[in-house]
Order: sequence, then C-alpha cells, then structure tokens
Amino acid sequence: MLGKLSWAAIPLDQPIPMAASAVVGLVLFGVILLVLFKGWLPYLWREWITSVDHKRIGAMYVVLAMVMLLRGFTDAIMMRSQQALAFQAPGYLPPEHYDQIFSAHGTLMIFFVAMPFMIGLMNFIVPLQLGARDVAFPTLNSVSFWLTATGALLVNVSLVVGEFARTGWLPYPPLSELQYSPGVGVDYYLWSLQISGIGTLMTGVNFVTTVLKIHAPGMTYMRMPMFCWTTLAANLLIVAAFPILTATLAMLILDRYLGFHFFTNEAGGNVMMFMNLIWAWGHPEVYILVLPAFGIFSEVVSTFSGKPLFGYRSMVMATMVICILAFMVWLHHFFTMGAGPDVNAVFGIATMIIAVPTGVKVFNWIFTMFGGRVVFATPMLWSIGFMITFVLGGMTGVLMAVPPADFVLHNSLFLVAHFHNVIIGGVLFGAFAGYAYWFPKAFGFRLHEGLGKAAFWCWFVGFYLAFMPLYVLGFMGMTRRMQHYDVPAWHPWLLIAAGGAAVILAGIGLQIAQLVVSIRHRDELRDLTGDPWNGRSLEWSTASPPPVFNFAILPNVEGEDAYWGIKQRALQQAGPRGEPEYEEIEMPRNSATGFVCAFFATFAGFALIWHIWWMVIGALICAYATFVVFAWRDRTEYAIPADEVARIDRLNRTARGELPAEMQPAQ
Amino acid sequence: MSATHPGAAFSDPNLVGTGGAAGRRPAVSHAARNLASKRIIAGYGFWIFLLSDIVMFSAFFAAYAVLSGETAGGPSGKDLFDLTNVAIETGCLLLSSFTCGIASIGARAHHALMYYGGMAVTFLFGAIFLFLEMHEFAGMIAQGAGPTRSAFLSAFFTLVGCHGLHVTLGLLWLLTMMAQVFAKGFRADILRRVLCFSLFWHALDIIWVALFTIVYLYGAGQ
Repeated sequence: MLGKLSWAAIPLDQPIPMAASAVVGLVLFGVILLVLFKGWLPYLWREWITSVDHKRIGAMYVVLAMVMLLRGFTDAIMMRSQQALAFQAPGYLPPEHYDQIFSAHGTLMIFFVAMPFMIGLMNFIVPLQLGARDVAFPTLNSVSFWLTATGALLVNVSLVVGEFARTGWLPYPPLSELQYSPGVGVDYYLWSLQISGIGTLMTGVNFVTTVLKIHAPGMTYMRMPMFCWTTLAANLLIVAAFPILTATLAMLILDRYLGFHFFTNEAGGNVMMFMNLIWAWGHPEVYILVLPAFGIFSEVVSTFSGKPLFGYRSMVMATMVICILAFMVWLHHFFTMGAGPDVNAVFGIATMIIAVPTGVKVFNWIFTMFGGRVVFATPMLWSIGFMITFVLGGMTGVLMAVPPADFVLHNSLFLVAHFHNVIIGGVLFGAFAGYAYWFPKAFGFRLHEGLGKAAFWCWFVGFYLAFMPLYVLGFMGMTRRMQHYDVPAWHPWLLIAAGGAAVILAGIGLQIAQLVVSIRHRDELRDLTGDPWNGRSLEWSTASPPPVFNFAILPNVEGEDAYWGIKQRALQQAGPRGEPEYEEIEMPRNSATGFVCAFFATFAGFALIWHIWWMVIGALICAYATFVVFAWRDRTEYAIPADEVARIDRLNRTARGELPAEMQPAQ
Repeated sequence: MSATHPGAAFSDPNLVGTGGAAGRRPAVSHAARNLASKRIIAGYGFWIFLLSDIVMFSAFFAAYAVLSGETAGGPSGKDLFDLTNVAIETGCLLLSSFTCGIASIGARAHHALMYYGGMAVTFLFGAIFLFLEMHEFAGMIAQGAGPTRSAFLSAFFTLVGCHGLHVTLGLLWLLTMMAQVFAKGFRADILRRVLCFSLFWHALDIIWVALFTIVYLYGAGQ
C-alpha cells in the first residue's frame, strides 16, 4: 500500500535531524496558524499563490531562495564545526550523516538558493526593463515557480522521512547506483531535481521568448539593458543544458528503478558517460548562475557611477561568447579521469580562453567607475567586493585549468575554495547587490543602509576568513568531504575557517535584522518617486511598487539607458509634460494551475521516491486534469479601465513632479 | 551628440562602446517594432521548447552511440531489428504528419470536417505506430532481449521508448484538442494550441527520421 515507506523511515534515533525538523516543523506550523488566525489566507491565495504577475512570482522566488539559504547555511555551519572538532576525534556528526549534509548543502545552494534567487530577480526586473507588461507566458511562469518550490520541499522532507543522498551534490555512479546506495536518499535527489528541472526549463523557454519577442516600442536588442542580455544568455543556456540534466538523471533513474545498465559496472554500462553528460549540463549551469549576476553588477555599477556602462557592445559580445564557450569546457571537471593529455590540453586551453571575455567584463566595470561620481551605497559595496573576490576566484580557476596543476589539486579543498570563491563572490554577492538595489522597486521602501553595509562587511571578511584557509589546506593535501582527519598541521586552518563561517553567520543575522528594521521603519525609508537611485533603465520609470500593468503607457525607447534619456529630454524641454491618452489595459487573470499542479507533483515525487505506484498514477492523472481545466477556461484576461490606469499613473507622475499643479489629483 | 545619447552627453564625454556617434540616430518610427502577436509569441516559445526537447533526445542519442556496441554477449541490433516493421512504422508516422498538416489547414480555415477528419486519421496512424512499437518491444522482451539484458538494449529501449512516450502524450494531446475545438469552437487561443500541437507532432517525425537512420538502419546493417 505504501511501497517502501514505513515508520522505520523516520530517524527517531538521530537527535540532530529530529531536532532540526522539529524546529522547522514548528516554524512552519506557526506560520500556517498565524496565516489562518489572522485571516490572511484569502489575501495570500488571491494576491500571491495564484498570481501570475511576474513581480509577485519574482518576489516569491527570492523568498524561497532566502529561506533555503538559511537551510543550506545551517549545513555549512555544521560541516565547518565538524571539521574544526574532528581532529583526531570523531566529531559530533557520524559519517553517514555528514555525507548527507555535504550532499544536501551543495544541492540546496545550487538548485534552491542560487537558481531561484537569480530567476526571481530576472522575473521581477526583466519585463520592467524591456518595457513589457509581463513575461511571454505568465501562467507557465507560475507553474515554473511552484514546481521549483516542490523540488525544494521534497529535499527538505528527506530530513524527516527517510534520508538524503550521500553521494555529493552530483550523484556519481557507481556509488549512486542501487547496489551501493540502496536507500531512498539518491531517489530524493533525483526526483526533486527532475521536478524542479521541469520548472527551470519552462523558465528558460519563457525568458528566451520574452527577451527576444516582447519589447516596448523602440527597445531594439542593442538598446536592452545589460541585465536583459545576460538573462537572455543564461536562459539560452537553460534551454540548451537542462534537457541534458533531465536525460542524464532519467538514465540514472532507469538504472535504479528498472535495472537498466547505463552507468552500472556490469553488462556494458559506462560510468564515464555519466561524467561527460552531467558536466555537459554542469558547466553551463555555472554560467547560468553567474551571467545574470554579471548583468546585475553592470546595472549597479553604471547607476552608482552616474555613467552609461563602459563598452556596452563589448559587454554584449563578451556575454554571448561566454554563452557559447560555456559548452566547450566541461571536461575540465574530470581531467584526472583518463581522457589523456591531448584532450586535456584542448579543454584546458578552452577553459583559459573563457577568462578573456570575463576579463573584458571586469575592465568594463572598472572603466565605468573611472571618472564617475561613485556612490558607495550597499549594492555598490557588493559590486566592488565582487570584483575583487571574483578576480581572485577566476585566477585560481585558470590555475586549475592547467591539467598538470589539476592533477595535484583535484578533489582537494583548493577546489572547494575555488568554486566557493566564484559562487559566493560572484553569484551570491550579485544576488545581494540585486536584492538591495531592486528592493525599493519591489516593495516601495529602501532597505536600511547601515545594517546593509554592516552585513556586507561581515560577509566579505567572513568569506575570506572561511575560504582562504581552504586554499592553503588544498595545497597541504587535504581532500574535500573529510569527516575526520589526523594531520596536526591542518587543524589551525580549519579553526580559522570555522571562525570565518561564524562571521558570515553574523552577516546573515545582520541581513535578517536589516529586513526587520527596514519593514518597521518603512515610512522613513519610503521611495515616493519610484526612482530612488537616479536610475537609468525603464524599471525606474514606474512607481515603486509598480502597478500590476507596469506601464500606463508603453514607453517609447530612443536609445540605450532608456529612462535616463527620458529624464534628460524632460530636463531639456523644461517643465512638466502634458498628460498622455490612457487606454484600457488587458492583463492575464490569476490562475491556480501552478499551485495545484505543484501540489500533485509533490505527491507524485514523494510516491515515486517511496515506490507508492497507485499514488503516482493518481497524482499524474490529477496534474493532467489540472491542465485541461486550465485549458477549458473561457476568460483568460481581464481589463483595467482607462480611468483606473489614469488614476494610478497620475499618482506616480505627481510624486515625480511630472504633472503641472492644476492637473494633480486631490490628495 | 546629445541627440544620440542624451544622458551620456552630460556625464560621459567619451561615449566609448555605446550606441555610436551623432548622425546615426535612427528615427523612432524606424526603430519602433510592432509588438509581436500572441500567435507569433506562442509559436516562437513552443519552438524554443521543441529545441530543448531535441537537446534531450540528443543526450539519449549520445548515450545510444556510446553503448550501441555494449551487448554484453547478448543480441545486437542485427539480430533484433525487423526493418519491414520499422518501414511500416515510418510510413505511419510520415502519413500522420501529412494528415496533421491537413488538420491544421482545416483549423485555420475553420473547416470542421477537414479538422476532425485530419485529426482522427492522425490519431489512427499514431495509434498504429504505437501498437507496432509495443509489439516490437514485447517480442524483444519475450526472447530475453529486454532493457536489463545489456547496456546496448538499455540505451535502445530508452531512446526509442522516449520517442514512443512522446507519441503517446501527443495522442493524448490530440484527443484533448479535438475535444476543445468540439466544446469551444475555433477560438483564437485554441487555434494557437492547435498550432503548437502540430509543431510537436512534426518534431516527433524529425526525431523519428534520426532514430530510423541511426538506430535501425545502422543497427541492422552492422
């Protein structure tokens, strides 16, 4: 009846996961009770859960990413403290638990922190920057989000029911095959990623279509803000790379569930095929994460330097070159696995070549700041911190791209230090820069600057304290994923690294404090004009938060830095402009399709993990029925009358001083 | 200068790498793009999806290419493939693509008979194809050449089965589209879905041509 599921699946004998899940469960339960008692459910259902508004979906993605960041960081703290304690001692985490923690840490941080953070910012900003009213497929967007949330939920369910994979964040066979990993851990990994992978793929399709097809009049490709270009590149990579992940994981699923022989040791299976396929997805994935971050830095650096981005065209070229080269370097992830010197040399050189367009970008950011009047606001601090840190991480990457060096450093803590250096220093700093930069646009008030800067410095210093020792340890021969060790020389460095993690923890604490303080003092931090930073792209031309239709009148774009141009023309013409003619706007109606589908996908995933076949069939039928119900509706859009559009827009124009006094609405 | 880049003229005299020098400013009407129609957007997006689907198949093709010689002492393609059967399957799929095209024309012309007739015949050919494929699979499994026998057979069943799964989903979609037109008529949003369905169905043909060549012709000839 319930497949492999029984009471034995709940780890009652292990205090740490039980305590952790009890806390998570209580918090979750508390939030649900609060929502029910306060009567917020109808509001949440109407305005958020069933919303197909790209701004709402973007915000939900970012919230998901932040919550998962807390979970992933808890894993990180546990690993750092375990390694600090486990010198000639067993530490406090038994090996089978420690293995699950580092696997879950990597999986969560990549798939459920970095990805949703970036996709959330894209969702929120890209249609605004393009001068569009929404993405190409709004309901599909909601489906994407909820499927991602399903994946995250399943990974976290594994904390209580059963176990998570012990195979690392990429389940290398043969360890991940049924013979060596008979439990449900790898199955949790596989099905969470398959389900959230569908969501990511749909996001890719949606955003490629949006960026290429949906623009305000005059928004030609070479006038798009840099973030739109990097979004295009990242989503092209999603469309081209995520199907490979789906296929590869499907093969592993078939091996595990039906006894196929793709990656097994016997009957002709080929383990190296997994390495090639997974990294043919995995390396582009790195750029899927970091390219949008590059876009964010471009926006931030240009805005806070008060100058157009230096070398816009070279930036576009560099982005697209990275997009292509991303597919040509995957083998550098396994130089040591026997491809031979010639092949290794080709991939080593290709890897070094990627540093060229990346270097172009760094110089462009520096030259954008050069001669500008740089404002050191929080987003700018993250950007400068990124430039310093990422260059360092890039150089250690080029070092490891030299195959002979890689033979020494492969699988050591040097590698761990390298990819944290680029992912924290690149992706996460970019996410935080974007969060601080666009927060006022999303919610209508700025984040507290002092706490934001303090959080930045904690993260920045904490990062160096936590990861520079790992470079040293890598050179000293310490391999990654060690549960305990006996080398006295390593111990002090691991203590420093643990101290660094504590400083980062302080940074996260300050970020939470910043959010709380900012919400409490929102009236003082209110962004009335919708343009708090003297911005350059179209998102700053709408109110904060933007109305559901984004733009009352679609802007007419006449050059790069579209909004800056509009502002300068207004200055030249001196004085407020007359009122445009407002028209009725049609917007897509809300739909519960995404949420309901994800609800059934959660059951389907859980049932597949535990071999509860009747539930799988039932859930799939229900998911199909949901789509049919969606397809059967007769009204897909609703109209916002011209009067209402005019009323909303007049408020914004008044706040900006764009309306002459006699036309301003009575307050 | 300021005409090209009003903002830049105030703060960045160099204008390095931005839109270009004065005098190259295109007229607004020239640069203005009409917003794409919903039909274009839906079709475009669905093409992007189909490309991603083809990438997924290419991963299965790659796996098949790597494993096609790994028979582990079991039967190879030469022992198993029946080209007559495959030829009939191919004929069914190609004909179904033709009738699917007729159904699309019928839908655009709001010609009910042409639409329902074309879709029904498409369904029929698709179903025959699926029956033949399942028959082939059942025969192979019965003679001990199932997917667990060798890596070659794992890759074969996955690649061909993945195409078969797509055909099955296509048939489900086909019936849904017939029911939608029956219930709602030739509405614009439904016609967009018909467009996407026909793109999907033709893409399955493209994949089958590759399958037919790489799996069956190569396999039987070796």
